[in-house]
Amino acid sequence: MLHIVNKSPQERNSLDACLRIAQSGGTVLLIEDAVYAATRGNTAATNIQEALARLKICVLQPDLDARGMADRLVEGVTAVDYDGFVDLAAEHKNCQSWL
Amino acid sequence: MANIEVGGKSYETDEEGYLVDLASWNEDVGKYIAGIENVEMSDQHWEVINFLRDYYNEFQIAPAVRVLTKAIGKKLGADKGNSQYLYELFPYGPAKQACKIAGLPKPTGCV
Amino acid sequence: MEGVVKKFMFVNRKAPYGTIYALESLEVVLISAAFDQDVSLAFLDDGVFQLKKGQQTKGIETKNFSPTYRALDGCDIEKLYVEQESLEARGLTEDDLLVDVTVLSRAEMGELMEQQDVVLSF
Repeated sequence: MLHIVNKSPQERNSLDACLRIAQSGGTVLLIEDAVYAATRGNTAATNIQEALARLKICVLQPDLDARGMADRLVEGVTAVDYDGFVDLAAEHKNCQSWL
Repeated sequence: MANIEVGGKSYETDEEGYLVDLASWNEDVGKYIAGIENVEMSDQHWEVINFLRDYYNEFQIAPAVRVLTKAIGKKLGADKGNSQYLYELFPYGPAKQACKIAGLPKPTGCV
Repeated sequence: MEGVVKKFMFVNRKAPYGTIYALESLEVVLISAAFDQDVSLAFLDDGVFQLKKGQQTKGIETKNFSPTYRALDGCDIEKLYVEQESLEARGLTEDDLLVDVTVLSRAEMGELMEQQDVVLSF
């Protein structure tokens, strides 16, 4: 299953809610303000690092670039472009957006 | 929305006459808009227009009159950094009218 | 200009682009510059991300308004305050910011907010 999160981890609890529910082998895609969670030094980065053991974690590159954070992506997290976003949506049988 | 024709090309403007696509501006478009505004362009006019475009490129906004006056004074000298000089060049407001000719959006905080 | 000068503080707590708050605040700040008031800008929580260097918004087809923070100085808006704890929680330091700011502790930020006549929240 594909999980999409678009809120900053410090602004809302949607990333925590997502990581609590997401089953092993699933994929989490971070977009918009959620990309901050996968940047080094962010308090949420440790949760992301832990989750990498059981989930694939992706971030949307254009959102990372827009926020000036491209140089500090957490290791093990996969950056995707808009085509990659579409591929993820197509590859998974269903999708939950944690709005 | 309206359109102006310059050199056989069409440029879109908003209802107040400001150019919609900033990147499409060139000196001929500037001259044409100046014509509509009854401003005859001199070197002094272009100096201000070029200053405005540089300012916009750097800060991504059009400056308000006070900011423009101060910044022009710093860059081009005190004899030009005063509102009397700028209003003589652009009677309908150095920021508002000059921005229109420079192909920039209406200044934020223009009072 | 005659009149009473009041202390205005703009409190910025949202990241840029994800919502419209950051840009709206910046526009009101620029307008406020015309009224000769004592204006302070506070950046805390996700608001500190507004000042991050190196923003490139081409990919999301949104205007990059971060260079505009550098124009504030020329509009006589020179009091920019950033909360230390907010920077730390996000892996940022003062060097990551695109304008000169004063870094305050949470306690100092609270005190400064208390001293204002008008607080505008974004």
